[in-house]
Amino acid sequence: MDQTAWWASGSFWRKTAIWVTGASLVALIFLSIDSLVKISAGSQRVPAYTVVNQRVDYVLNEERHVQQPKIGAEQPLFGRKLDAEQAEALVRHGKLTVQAKNCMDCHTLLGNGAYYAPDLTKAWLDPAWGSAAEREKAMVEFLLDPTDNARNTLGRRMPNLHLTEDEAKSVTGFLKWMAAIDTNGFPYNFTPMKQEN
Amino acid sequence: MAALGEISLSNLNGGQKLAVKYYAMAGVLFAAQILFGLLAGLQYLMPDFLFGQLDFSINRMVHINALVVWLLCGFIGSVYWMLEEEAQRPVVGLKLGNLVFWAFAAAVTIVVIVYLLVQTGRGEVATIWLITEGREYIEAPRWADIAIVASVLVFFYNVAGTFAKGRYTGIAGVLVLDLIALFGLYLAGMFFTPNVSIDQFWWWWVIHLWVEATWEVLVGCILAYALIKTLGARREIVETWLYVEVALMFGSGILGLGHHYFWIGTPDYWLSIGGFFSALEPIPLVAMVVHAVYDSGTHKMQNNNHPAFAWIIAAAFGNFLGAGVWGFMHTLPQINLFTHGTQWTASHGHLAFFGAFATVNIAFFYLAMQKLRGEVWMGAGLPDRGWKWKWSFALLNIGMLGMTVALLVAGYVQSQIERAIGGSSWSAYFDAQAHPWFQQGMWWREVFGVVILIGVVLLAWDLLTVGRRETRVIQTLEPA
Repeated sequence: MDQTAWWASGSFWRKTAIWVTGASLVALIFLSIDSLVKISAGSQRVPAYTVVNQRVDYVLNEERHVQQPKIGAEQPLFGRKLDAEQAEALVRHGKLTVQAKNCMDCHTLLGNGAYYAPDLTKAWLDPAWGSAAEREKAMVEFLLDPTDNARNTLGRRMPNLHLTEDEAKSVTGFLKWMAAIDTNGFPYNFTPMKQEN
Repeated sequence: MAALGEISLSNLNGGQKLAVKYYAMAGVLFAAQILFGLLAGLQYLMPDFLFGQLDFSINRMVHINALVVWLLCGFIGSVYWMLEEEAQRPVVGLKLGNLVFWAFAAAVTIVVIVYLLVQTGRGEVATIWLITEGREYIEAPRWADIAIVASVLVFFYNVAGTFAKGRYTGIAGVLVLDLIALFGLYLAGMFFTPNVSIDQFWWWWVIHLWVEATWEVLVGCILAYALIKTLGARREIVETWLYVEVALMFGSGILGLGHHYFWIGTPDYWLSIGGFFSALEPIPLVAMVVHAVYDSGTHKMQNNNHPAFAWIIAAAFGNFLGAGVWGFMHTLPQINLFTHGTQWTASHGHLAFFGAFATVNIAFFYLAMQKLRGEVWMGAGLPDRGWKWKWSFALLNIGMLGMTVALLVAGYVQSQIERAIGGSSWSAYFDAQAHPWFQQGMWWREVFGVVILIGVVLLAWDLLTVGRRETRVIQTLEPA
């Protein structure tokens, strides 16, 4: 076979590979720039860190047919309203703790991580915490002593990761903020805790 | 020259001697991956097992980090393995390459010791620098990230420099460009932000654009070389196929990244873009199967290394099945909404990593052993009918398929009971985990994990003994 058809030739496919890769990369870069703006803290989809001062609900949007966070009236965390800088510091400390304790290798955050323990995306809104009034106290207590507070029949427990009270409070703040992110309806069909009107 | 059938480094060129070191390290980490995977799997069944000493999170972290590093070691080894033959000149910085290998091995050892003994730290930046970054797959602390970047820069210099001074083939061209992307991407995972959406946005740049783009093209390059070596395939054909695969792989895989942007806070246009392009991702994998079958058929399956060739065929089919079919099954957002973050992902992950990458490394281990023993015969008629490689091949593939199906069953239960019915709350999560079908899935996963362990022991035994006292030299390949 001396003559190769143009569509089967190496040079045609080499050029195709270069053009396709280049075009895909350019498209990805433009989309990434747009996305990064739309998910910066304080955007419509990802709230400002000061959302920890407000009530967070999760309600069905009839038009989109998905649940989305609803930011409500003032409801400061641990009874103390934080300014923008303090709120960011709280969430930052919470996220650092989440990474330092390697939460993601048992739990999922936004659905990513390991599957040995429940997803944390909407942990703040989970009915497991009892009432909204008791929630933040219950979360801190649980984080400080998770092993004896396991709530399942499997015998699966969370190890005591020796969080300080500050770390536990910051993680609680991080979880509240994360629950206010618009995740296009993930996790599906979520049943949030009942909060009084 | 050592006698035929005896292991001797003098049978290898400089790059290949270095490659063997990387293969040895890959082998150790492969074994560690399986052991820690078995421990983590057992903790699903016996939650008290090692609780408080080696918790699930630690076992799982070592399991997946060993996976990433052993695969990378195998890839680096395979590039060094082919480098001098492909470029037709010695590696430009072999001494530096050796030095970096030892530094890399030391860094990996320290990281693992810290993982096992220190485990976690305070919620402060120092923990991220010294103990763990706590981000799945790239948990290695920042100091190790920097060490990795420095190591791969030397590796890249060796590859690009050797090709630049020697013969610059089509395989070389693709490989060099791919390595720039592969290692450049790692930088996207090296910063801290309190914003979890932005964190995961960049984190997926590393994870997805590695495993679903640049790693795939990298194994495409080393498999192209392997097909030339084992089948005597014609370079023009192999390289043309490589370009086809690059076009299809990057054309679908780069924007296919969007299937990780469905639920992390990113805008909803990703539902369409990610769904569409990731649905195309199996196409290059079908092309790889067609290519492998075409080349094998052209050469009437005549090849000079039966175990390596079997693993190459396993790679073509395993990649298609694990990455292609299992990925496609839950890549559209309409189904992914129910499956994301469940055992579906674990099922897909296991078969895809094994099928696409582990198989390729094992194929190269056999190529290496063949040459280490002085280019011995490894075709038909191996002593004892080659039962060791055949059994280890069967046990590993059956074990992995069994594990994949078991995890998929567990995933079905989870997406149905936890998501569709239960309302995705924590109690719904535990209802699904406690369901007998889920539990049975976890038991079978562990059973098939043991099958894999037996397969690996047999594989190690075979690799160390295959070709021993062989008196026949490697089969000469007939040109197609």
